[in-house]
Amino acid sequence: MESYIGKIKEISERLLNDGTVECVVGFRKGTVALTNEPCMITKASDVQDLVWDENCRLNLANYLTGRKEKIAVIAKGCDSRNIVNHIIENKISREQLVIIGVPCKGMVDKNNPEVLQANCATCLHRNPVIYDELCADLVEEQKEVDRYEDVRKIEAMETQDKWAFFEDLLTGCTRCYACKNACPLCYCPTCFVDESQPQWIGKGTDPIDIRTYHFLRAYHCAGRCTDCGACEAACPQNIKMRHFTKKLEKDCNELYGWEAGLTVDQRPPLDSFKVDDPDKFIM
Amino acid sequence: MKNLMEHMGVEPGRLQFSWISSAESTKFVDVVTKVTESVKALGPNTNYVKKSGAKG
Ligand code: SF4
Ligand code: SF4
Ligand code: SF4
Repeated sequence: MESYIGKIKEISERLLNDGTVECVVGFRKGTVALTNEPCMITKASDVQDLVWDENCRLNLANYLTGRKEKIAVIAKGCDSRNIVNHIIENKISREQLVIIGVPCKGMVDKNNPEVLQANCATCLHRNPVIYDELCADLVEEQKEVDRYEDVRKIEAMETQDKWAFFEDLLTGCTRCYACKNACPLCYCPTCFVDESQPQWIGKGTDPIDIRTYHFLRAYHCAGRCTDCGACEAACPQNIKMRHFTKKLEKDCNELYGWEAGLTVDQRPPLDSFKVDDPDKFIM
Repeated sequence: MKNLMEHMGVEPGRLQFSWISSAESTKFVDVVTKVTESVKALGPNTNYVKKSGAKG
């Protein structure tokens, strides 16, 4: 994917030079090894800072929330799906955006560059679902991947083992909130964790509060999460919090045949009512 | 809601949902009885309880 960068720079430079956009959201080399960091380029002479490789893990849709200017954004498959979410949720308008699509070959694991990041290994939408320009030919999508093997493993456990699995999963979480800050879906001006009237959840690292934070955040992402993996990539403690969001993703898929962020023409399942919505859970 | 709660180890039957109109008094009694029975059968909640003393 390193070969993409020439084209990315060329498009970015053109868009900035002819005034089509005021800024380009992309990645530049980070200060931590094997991690590129998001950046906003506003001058054509700065496009040289842009980079592209397998360490562009964060989701750039996160930097579009509520922007008013014309922006170009570099978008992998998952970023493009979160951009679709943002358009549906009125966080940015399609007209403001020039989407530079990146046919993605997967990001590598931040702790082991030899293997793909877990979510990328099972990603079904590597090509951007929405774009104005492309920096390379589209890639072939992965087929016959089993997206939910890990979820089914937990589903098969006994109740107490499930409890213990998540207890263990969350050990070490410091409530630093890097995960929610990296997530493009988490844009509420005041997150429920910060509210004090009422205070929904304790502020410390009591295991119950940590768990409540994670499972409630997952619910707020239900039907919206694209499994982009930015949350896990951002976590300094290597917590695998996608175990929460993936269960909901699987349920949305099975109950409503829904995959988030594929089209701007359809309202998400938790935002619409259909007479044939499943209601088995209601007594 | 129920699915993820049970997925992370809250007992099935601990969390229940119903939809009852204010005119459906018999359904209300019925549901409350059922919920009480199923929760009694599960016994006191031990999982999703904060163990560290003070609240919040
Ligand atoms: S989730 Fe898909 S599109 Fe996103 S980085 Fe991984 S492989 Fe690429
Ligand atoms: S899961 Fe990781 S990133 Fe999220 S709050 Fe806990 S320690 Fe921070
Ligand atoms: S919850 Fe994680 S995987 Fe889902 S959209 Fe947010 S950052 Fe991406």
